[in-house]
Amino acid sequence: MILCWLLFVPFIGGLLCWQLESRHAPAQAPRWIALLTMLLVVGLALWLWLTGDYSLAGGAVGDAPNWAHQIRLPWIDRFGISFHLALDGLSLIMIMLTGFLGVLAVVCSWREITNRIGFFHLNLLWIIGGVVGVFLAVDLFLFFFFWEMMLVPMYFLIALWGHSGSKGNTRIGAAIKFFIYTQASGLLMLVSILGLVFAHYSQTGTFTFDYMVLRETPLTGTIAYVLMLGFFIAFAVKLPVVPLHGWLPDAHAQAPTAGSVDLAGILLKTAAYGMLRFAIPLFPEASAQFAPVAMALGLIGIYYGALLAFSQTDVKRLIACSSISHMGFVLIGIYSGTLLALQGVIVQMVAHAFSAAGLFIISGQIYERIHTRDMRQMGGLFGRMGALPGFALVFVMASLGMPGTGNFIGEFLILFGAFDTVPWVVVAASGGLVMAAIYSLVLMHRVYWGTPKSEASLGGLDPREYSMMLLLLVLTLWLGLFPNTVLDISHTAMTEVTDWFAVAPLPSR
Amino acid sequence: MNLLALTIVFPLAGSLALSFFPRMADRAAATIGAGSVGLSALVSAWLIYTFVTGDGAAYTQTLWTWVSVGDFTPAFALYFDGLAATMLGVITGVGFLIHMFASWYMKHDLDGGPGMGRFFAYMNLFIVAMLLLVLGDNLFLLFLGWEGVGLCSYLLIGYYYRDEANAWAAFKAFLITRIGDVFLAIGLFLMFATFGTLDIQTLLEQAPQAWAEGDPMASVAALLLLGGAVGKSAQLPLQTWLPDAMAGPTPVSALIHAATMVTAGVYLIARMHVVFELAPAVLALVGVVGAVTLLLAGFAALCQTDIKRVLAYSTMSQIGYMFLALGVGAWDAAIFHLMIHAFFKALLFLASGSVIIACHHEQNILKMGGLRKSLPLDYAVFIIGGAALAALPLVTAGFYSKDEILWLSFANGHHVLWFAGLVGAFLTALYTFRMIFIAFHGEAQIKAHAGRGIAHHLPLIVLAVLSTFLGAWIHPPLADVLPVHEGGDHGTTKLVVEVLSAAVAIVGLGLAAALFLGRRQMADKLASGPLGRGLWQLWHNAWGFDTLYDRVFVRPYLLLTRLHRRDWINSTVNVAPQLALMLNSALVTTQSGRLRWYALSLFAGAALLLIALLFG
Repeated sequence: MILCWLLFVPFIGGLLCWQLESRHAPAQAPRWIALLTMLLVVGLALWLWLTGDYSLAGGAVGDAPNWAHQIRLPWIDRFGISFHLALDGLSLIMIMLTGFLGVLAVVCSWREITNRIGFFHLNLLWIIGGVVGVFLAVDLFLFFFFWEMMLVPMYFLIALWGHSGSKGNTRIGAAIKFFIYTQASGLLMLVSILGLVFAHYSQTGTFTFDYMVLRETPLTGTIAYVLMLGFFIAFAVKLPVVPLHGWLPDAHAQAPTAGSVDLAGILLKTAAYGMLRFAIPLFPEASAQFAPVAMALGLIGIYYGALLAFSQTDVKRLIACSSISHMGFVLIGIYSGTLLALQGVIVQMVAHAFSAAGLFIISGQIYERIHTRDMRQMGGLFGRMGALPGFALVFVMASLGMPGTGNFIGEFLILFGAFDTVPWVVVAASGGLVMAAIYSLVLMHRVYWGTPKSEASLGGLDPREYSMMLLLLVLTLWLGLFPNTVLDISHTAMTEVTDWFAVAPLPSR
Repeated sequence: MNLLALTIVFPLAGSLALSFFPRMADRAAATIGAGSVGLSALVSAWLIYTFVTGDGAAYTQTLWTWVSVGDFTPAFALYFDGLAATMLGVITGVGFLIHMFASWYMKHDLDGGPGMGRFFAYMNLFIVAMLLLVLGDNLFLLFLGWEGVGLCSYLLIGYYYRDEANAWAAFKAFLITRIGDVFLAIGLFLMFATFGTLDIQTLLEQAPQAWAEGDPMASVAALLLLGGAVGKSAQLPLQTWLPDAMAGPTPVSALIHAATMVTAGVYLIARMHVVFELAPAVLALVGVVGAVTLLLAGFAALCQTDIKRVLAYSTMSQIGYMFLALGVGAWDAAIFHLMIHAFFKALLFLASGSVIIACHHEQNILKMGGLRKSLPLDYAVFIIGGAALAALPLVTAGFYSKDEILWLSFANGHHVLWFAGLVGAFLTALYTFRMIFIAFHGEAQIKAHAGRGIAHHLPLIVLAVLSTFLGAWIHPPLADVLPVHEGGDHGTTKLVVEVLSAAVAIVGLGLAAALFLGRRQMADKLASGPLGRGLWQLWHNAWGFDTLYDRVFVRPYLLLTRLHRRDWINSTVNVAPQLALMLNSALVTTQSGRLRWYALSLFAGAALLLIALLFG
């Protein structure tokens, strides 16, 4: 039942925010409601973490996974669709992350958003709700429902509260681009889901959308490969994987700060989650067959994103492009299939969420002070913003993988883990660490170093901003020094994924 | 035993306190900054004392399990043995003296401006990272320290961030060392894949079992480690960042770019010596890299006018000696020279800092001159430090450490390397005394104001004492850690080699005196000839490596990114909506609202259909 609460709290909170806007409530009311809602989500997730035991030893392959909680209600019986939510270590980590970034998204919009406050928070909270649904659903139909559902509020968030950038980069354009990319790829996934369901039907004579049943469907050959590709492409657009990344820089750059935080922090992570939860366990053999291609794409992504990031002039676009590069590591980690690399993927996702959120929030705070995101008009800001540049330094260093931060643990576990199976891919990917240094330091250089344009202080951080930054900083360092906190939760779930890989006859390397 | 972690805790606490209370008064910041390292040095002294007087057994202090996934279980654990003790002594001892001097230096350099807290926060953080580097019991923790010192080096080189040039120098230093770091990282991946552990002591035990001598994998592993080492230690081919790193405040140059961080590569190779012994070809390469670097840097140092750049090239050259020593298997000699070099090079840098402040931020030695009268203390310590650097026989510490390297390279049969070292010794004496004679002798060109106060005097005097033969009495307790190679017969050959290296240093000094004491006519004549001017250009720019790398790497990269700015894949995808829009506008024109046009198209369409039906 707690899973239902986890899911419905953000939706209900969103509706409340929206309603309070039109009534004669104080203008700040929706913000407080949204904040309380998100805190409630975080609280529920933390409660689940503290009371649950996620270190259960994984059973043999094909056993029911050790769901810590699940709830199953009939929905559309005729087609075997049910309202089936379940939670294991992997989903719990993602939900805690979602809740936490949700809180940050609310807090960082406190000053930035001034019109249609209630409706803004409706969208914000519904994104969170949709994402929580994605992380909980284990019925494919339900999963698809939430997967599509989270796009709509995101679209409005970018289209209504976004910034219009320079020449031709309008917020509407970015929103439409985002929507079309993800919608089109979502359709491919729908086709694959239906294909899988019908394949199962032709073998057993029953319709079902249940993940647990469908993953027992023995599928081989081309059909499995094609269905797997449908899932993969849908997730690849969201991650993003390089030829499909076009929407990301625009969407990130044009979205309001809260939108960028959510996009980079959690929406991208739904893709990695989808691969770990669905693409691989449903089609282990095809995935193993596909792994070299996926890793090659990851490699391309690392370099392509890094080069792209370097040449940006808009600070948010730079951070957005760096996400492409970081997600390349994630892709390599997922498809290398070793436990070490998969655990690295988890840490990398969480750490990247923190560091990217930190950088986006900082960009937002700079924008509030100097009203530009163009790095050519910055420079020498280091001494003019109180503690802000110090925080920026930490997050920039995190993004280039400085040891002591979670990003280092993530990237290096991936590389350590993958080296066993694909040493040359790892060697090539390691070059990305140099590229990461280049674009990250260029960000520092263009924004903070150099001669200040003026000596006047732009104002330091107020307590709200300071506490957000401090929290992110502590978490980033905590993850770098005590990653076991997270690794323990995800251990069982990741072991299962490696088991799925192990079942599949690996192609000759 | 539990005290070991305290050496790290004090500077860490100092760094955190300074970071989170940036408005602290300068005096308080300096006290915290230097005091925390002082406490750390006290603890270290106690640890080293008990280690040396006790049974000298190595021990490990595990703080917590850092990561545990399967058999990947590096711990946050510190390891203390003779080598670690030596490094600990250098880092905290010399580090404390430099911090103390820095409290004097920064007060004058900042001149009341903000930034004292920031400076000491970075400096303390550096000490933390450096200690983790040398105390880490596994390569993963070592790597944390390794990157951490790089970060602090970056921050401190770019400390005066308002000058764009400083920031670029910091950028360059970070980037070039990171290239080396990536090699080291790949080395770590390889080690873990081979041995299933990153624990250094276990690796050293297992390596000889897994790899035979000359095993290609051992060579690859050793090469990758060497890649990391040359980056951090500014050796060929990743040496170009060090001279530019002099953009940082002078105590930073003393601490990071002379005494500690740049010697991390030497430490790494000595620590992993077993792997290098299994890869004799790579070990030989280490010696060659050292020899070539020491010569290239020696020539470059001859033609510098900035006092700090002279010292930077000399640092590069001296680390070349250490690499040479490692390459000929003289492990303990390398570490001994590392320690002695830390004393005298820190002394020279601090003294140059004192001179720079005294001369109102003038760094060009050609504009100084005659400083020996106005700055007697600086002059005295410069002579002592310079003599140690030039390895003048018997009275200086540098003589004993460098002589050991030269002797062992000769005795172990590496005659070419030995000869390179000998030429380097000559160059060292020449450029060192060129610098001293130009800056301190001749006509006074600048009105200098000597530094005052205990924070200024004490570090200089202590380091000066350590740079004399007294410093050479400190023998690092390395016998249990590193294999000792005796040079064989101690007969007349050794005496001849020693006398030769002593003579070379004295000849260098003599030549410097002839050229640069007095009117310098001969030196001017040499430099103004066509060959002289060409060589001056070449050596002043350190053999043109910067230009080369700029052409080969930097510009192509910039070109690539400029071409890429439009994101070609995305642009290609964007063709689709543009096509749709074009089609749309084409169709829109057909909706003109004119009846004739509609009738015509109706007819045309019907006609086309009919034709299709008739002939289809």
